[in-house]
Amino acid sequence: MAILEVKNVNKRFGGLQALGDVNLSVEENTVHAIIGPNGAGKSTLLNCLIGKLIPDTGSVMFDGQSVLGRKPYQINQMGISRVFQTPEIFGDLTVLENMMIPIFAKRDGAFRLHAFENTFAEKHVMDQAMQMLEDLNMADKRNFHSASMSRGDKRRLEIGMCLAQEPRLLLLDEPTAGMARADTNNTIDLLKQIKEERDITIAIIEHDMHVVFSLAERITVLAQGTPLVEDTPDKIKGHPKVREAYLGESA
Amino acid sequence: MLGLDSKDFKLLLIVAALTMLAPFILNPFPEGSGMAQFNAGYPDLMQRFVIFGIFAIGFNILFGLTGYLSFGHAAFLGVGSYGAMWMMKLFSLNVLPAIAVGIIVSGIFALAVGYVSLRRSGIYFSILTLAFAQMSYALAYSVLTPLTGGETGLQIKSTDNPLLSTIPEGEIGRASLFGLDMRASYEMNAGDWLFTFNAGYYIAALIMLLAFYLSIRIFRSPFGTMLRAVKSNQTRMYYTGLNARPYTLAAFVISGMYAGLAGGLLVAMDTQVGPERMFWTASGEVVLMTILGGAGTLIGPVLGSGVIKYMENILSKINKDILHEWFAFLPDGLEDFIVAIVYPFVGKGWHLTLGLIFMAVVIFLPGGLVQGGQKIARLFRGKKASEDSDEKSTQSTPAE
Repeated sequence: MAILEVKNVNKRFGGLQALGDVNLSVEENTVHAIIGPNGAGKSTLLNCLIGKLIPDTGSVMFDGQSVLGRKPYQINQMGISRVFQTPEIFGDLTVLENMMIPIFAKRDGAFRLHAFENTFAEKHVMDQAMQMLEDLNMADKRNFHSASMSRGDKRRLEIGMCLAQEPRLLLLDEPTAGMARADTNNTIDLLKQIKEERDITIAIIEHDMHVVFSLAERITVLAQGTPLVEDTPDKIKGHPKVREAYLGESA
Repeated sequence: MLGLDSKDFKLLLIVAALTMLAPFILNPFPEGSGMAQFNAGYPDLMQRFVIFGIFAIGFNILFGLTGYLSFGHAAFLGVGSYGAMWMMKLFSLNVLPAIAVGIIVSGIFALAVGYVSLRRSGIYFSILTLAFAQMSYALAYSVLTPLTGGETGLQIKSTDNPLLSTIPEGEIGRASLFGLDMRASYEMNAGDWLFTFNAGYYIAALIMLLAFYLSIRIFRSPFGTMLRAVKSNQTRMYYTGLNARPYTLAAFVISGMYAGLAGGLLVAMDTQVGPERMFWTASGEVVLMTILGGAGTLIGPVLGSGVIKYMENILSKINKDILHEWFAFLPDGLEDFIVAIVYPFVGKGWHLTLGLIFMAVVIFLPGGLVQGGQKIARLFRGKKASEDSDEKSTQSTPAE
């Protein structure tokens, strides 16, 4: 069953057709990669899925409900979490506090004026946050000022924060961009582990072919705002059109 | 204790002790001595310390936690004052209903101003709040004269006859708490020292302690954590299913209510109010207080307001004659020279000193006086303590 269904989505920026008739369906519990050369419209498409941009025409359905016209936090509450290209975490807060916020959000919704409880006395939230940090092997870093961590750790924390919300769909926007090789491999391992342990659908936009081919079960190739081809990784590797549009000599 | 961890509770106890013993602490010099002019232990100034302390504590909930710099907070102080004043003129000379009305009126006004201003952030938010405050000032000064008394402001007059209070014929009503006059004082002579215990001060101080306690609770609550999250990264907030707007609005209204409380207390202590209370310099003052003391820290705003109010009231009273008296022991030419150099920094020039201190703090102690205090404390603590804190600091600030 398709959990995410994108139909005939168009988006223009002035004279530029960023997305032209994009159709895409992401099956539940798969890892679906969207690849394509620079300017292919990958980020525009992603932004249309999470409420940052509104397509000119077409529909985006998540689990049978339209996401269009909803605010980012409402789309998040439907069960879509997003990991950003540059890790977006609460840099002024400690790692533990970072992890507690999505758990509070899951429990309390978009807003609650809980001004007189003590943050660290909320045992249930605290336990869940610590459990999550242990799963990420970050429990020993719980009191770190999160902005001072390495990029790989920030990414790990961000992915963990998204998982703490127990989303049904996890969107990753170039999760290994700008990372050292070791951090990239750690991130791949983490994502593999997540896939094994949870019922979760992952959609990933990525430049690094190593990452794509280690994780993806389905791949959509986007070129000039239109999906060129969608298939399994093995078939994509050998596809002549894809070679021409994207992989070039390196494949 | 009281839902606080031991460190915060200790801080609360220290603040409680300082405020309760303030008449002693602020009067260290014997009457009649040359240093007596540095005594700050008289009721009017002590009241100002705690009232502006409340104002700054409230401002810090908004600015310190969310990072939204309101440049119009004096408007809420003024609106609270007017509200409290009318309550006293019409309803009762008891200060409690007056203060309560001050808080409520400011809260409602803050809700309206915040709803509009919080659509923008950063400098645009600051300008919007400044615009609202200046509009309020201009309205109070001119168009709303029937309500605000215009330029002369509002006082309790002999013609005022509050509903619940009976005033003897020909007397002007005085603010009281169930019959206890706010101006009632007990003076204690101990040798050359004179200590004044004022009813109004102690009521204001107790209210400040309550306000301080509430602010600690807010800082340590999940709500406080969310406000710090707003300051840290709004994008992540929105993509974590949280709506930052109601959080910032709630912080804005809460800090507006603190300002209303301070405004109500000002009227309770001294039954008059004028539009100058809402002027933009008054809004700027609370920003200075908070940054000087340490924005985002618990005790910082109270320290900052204390320093500024002390300078405003004590430093500004040093005139040329006093300076000449001090330096009389020097040869005449040198005396005049020194006085000429020092004079611009005291008396009417006290703002210059304040400005220099403020610059020094911002440049060398971005965490305000609180950071300065922490540095000094670290110097004084022995080697053992520093080893302990080293251990802690390596844990909280790892290598890149």
